[in-house]
Amino acid sequence: MSDAIQVHPEYNYKVVRQFAVMTVVWGIIGMTVGVFIAAQLYWPALNFDTPWLTFSRLRPLHTNAVIFAFGGCALFATSFYVVQRTSQVRLFSDKLAAFTFWGWQAVIVLAAITLPMGITSSKEYAELEWPIDILITLVWLAYIINFFGTMIIRKVSHIYVANWFFGAFMITVAVLHIGNNMAVPISLTKSYSIYAGAVDAMMQWWYGHNAVGFFLTAGFLGMMYYFVPKQAGRPVYSYRLSVVHFWALISLYIWAGPHHLHYTALPDWTQSLGMAMSVILFVPSWGGMINGIMTLSGAWHKLRTDPILRFLVVSLSFYGMSTFEGPMMAIKTVNALSHYTDWTIGHVHSGALGWVAMVSIGSIYHLIPVLFNRERMYSTHLINVHFWLATIGVVFYIVAMWMSGVLQGLMWRAINADGTLTYSFVEALEASKPFYLVRFIGGVLIVIGMLIMAYNCYRTIKGDLEETVDNKALQTA
Amino acid sequence: MSSFWSIWITVITLGSILGCFIFLRWCLSNKTGVQEGDDMHHEFDGIIEINNQLPRWWTYLFYICIAWALIYLLLYPGLGNFKGLWNWQSSNQGILSLAESKAAVEKAKEEGVISQYDREVAQANEVFAPIFDSYYAKSIEELIQDPAALKIGQRLFSQNCSQCHGSDARGQRGFPNLTDNDWLYGGTPDKIVETLIKGRNAMMPAWLDSFGADGIEEVVAYALSLSGRKVDESLADKGKDRFVACAACHGADGKGNQMIGAPNLTDNIWLYGGREENVTETLNYGRNGVMPSFKDRLGEKKIHLVAAYVYSLSHNTAAQDAMVSKN
Repeated sequence: MSDAIQVHPEYNYKVVRQFAVMTVVWGIIGMTVGVFIAAQLYWPALNFDTPWLTFSRLRPLHTNAVIFAFGGCALFATSFYVVQRTSQVRLFSDKLAAFTFWGWQAVIVLAAITLPMGITSSKEYAELEWPIDILITLVWLAYIINFFGTMIIRKVSHIYVANWFFGAFMITVAVLHIGNNMAVPISLTKSYSIYAGAVDAMMQWWYGHNAVGFFLTAGFLGMMYYFVPKQAGRPVYSYRLSVVHFWALISLYIWAGPHHLHYTALPDWTQSLGMAMSVILFVPSWGGMINGIMTLSGAWHKLRTDPILRFLVVSLSFYGMSTFEGPMMAIKTVNALSHYTDWTIGHVHSGALGWVAMVSIGSIYHLIPVLFNRERMYSTHLINVHFWLATIGVVFYIVAMWMSGVLQGLMWRAINADGTLTYSFVEALEASKPFYLVRFIGGVLIVIGMLIMAYNCYRTIKGDLEETVDNKALQTA
Repeated sequence: MSSFWSIWITVITLGSILGCFIFLRWCLSNKTGVQEGDDMHHEFDGIIEINNQLPRWWTYLFYICIAWALIYLLLYPGLGNFKGLWNWQSSNQGILSLAESKAAVEKAKEEGVISQYDREVAQANEVFAPIFDSYYAKSIEELIQDPAALKIGQRLFSQNCSQCHGSDARGQRGFPNLTDNDWLYGGTPDKIVETLIKGRNAMMPAWLDSFGADGIEEVVAYALSLSGRKVDESLADKGKDRFVACAACHGADGKGNQMIGAPNLTDNIWLYGGREENVTETLNYGRNGVMPSFKDRLGEKKIHLVAAYVYSLSHNTAAQDAMVSKN
């Protein structure tokens, strides 16, 4: 990584630094809220009978904070960094970059205030009310203009694959955000969607699934395409694979939303169409995983000594796992068992914690020393500790939710010889309780890892280097 | 859906799938102008890309998934108005009422359209109907001595009734306790069945406007005195005069009226809480108690078993205890 630490004074690193630091800060806050509401599911008294501490209000705060604050800041930081480095040119506009940073932080703070107050449009992952939605749109437009502006003035002939993914992510997210949030305001804090009934549900999940597909997948694949080859010091495995999986991924993802609405009032044709497309989507998703993992050929030995690379590779493994799981769960027969159970929660967290968080964490560990002109992170040992806490935490989480989810699905559908249901809802809930404790423990491990990351980043930025790097211990780890 | 939209959906669906296929074929042949295995001659911040062939197993996986999707869309609805070769549907789509649903079932049968929901209901009825028929032939008094019948009734209760009345059927504020043999609408088997089939709508009007705050205080005192509670005698006396208005439903003696579900006020059983402030709230703003009808949801035969279970709660405690200990 010797060439990565040379500083190009012509690049705008300020906005990248700001977003990189806030990624860690919002990561800790968002995940801590997640752990708190996980604890509430095990110890319900933890809402203290206080409206703004109830699960119903903190859950959207958790999802918004981890997706848009943590994930969003990671995407802004890396996309601004990658587009400059791979275009060999400074950002198109420093002012737009500053507006993007402060505007986005304002959105997050407004979300953190309004959601616990119960101000919500009640659309999942799009709960924020219309004035905040407008602010998001403005910030996003500034982001798009800046990103594409930088690509237009680039000093290299081609556009690097990471930038295709970043570009597709930001254009589609703009379309999704505006499309789904169309609403009639009746006051500053309340609006009603212009869509009704099954159409509203379809719009919501067209948005909802593509928030996963474009925000949490395409954007992070852009991140992967820069930081994996960079950290491994290896060429990208196959250019042609990246071309075909990019176009197939973005053309198929947009159809997948209806699989969230199997066996509902949605017309049959929409359900089966969404299912068919979701199943094909499995293949281009794996194209990205293959390209990332094969990029490591010839560099596998680096995994022994480089925990940053470990984060990146394990994130790709989780990506491959959850993009196999997702199409499988989109099949109606499987969905009949999995839908509405904790299996869905497990699936989304294997993607969100295993893939999105791990690839972001790896990228931020790569970025921090470069951005602050340090030789390396303060402590490689602590990165390694973080890696194991995160990995074990994720495994605890998703295994608990798989077991709980399948158990719930089977209990809900079990019938007696007389045709009546064997279990009442509360019996299935009781059966899930131990798994909620395991999930909570997994979450605690992940948050501890994030706190260690914050400490490590703080010491790095301060300019410290750990003197007692136990290289021997690392090599045997 | 109009044929325009049907064609629109079909064209872009097949276009997307075939587009992926053609693009995959195109990428499989090396059109980059660079020899396979060489780098692409572009470098981005030190990153180069190799022109490697697509992994063969991955390519086959792509073909298989595309073929599977096309076959699926041929057999099942998906391409606009095309119903699919199997003429399958999940349920009768677009119905708005039970009557429409029943008509749609008949129509689907005539047209030979397989509606999965109807088919599953028909199969279930075939298997399970005899069981419920045999219990329906017996009286509820007989059924409360039959542990197997009560077990079914209990399961139906826990899935359909416990949400309001509680898993132990002891109710909660606003939802009656079903184990205490105190009945708003009557506790005979017939009355319980009637409650389940027709549902109940109780309406206690709001009195704040007619009585005023002082008047309410007086009536509350009198109402509480009916169940032997210590109250301010002078307030209660004044309240007694006003109680004439209440007597229309609750009776002059305050013992209620099961014909209209007016509660007995003398037994110290309070649906909405018996503290002074609860009763004041009830009088100020009124109450609306709703028990939904289960006729369409469970049908009379299952209701018969639920009624037997509910009746047994206050009439056959031995059977109840035996069942609980078995759990």
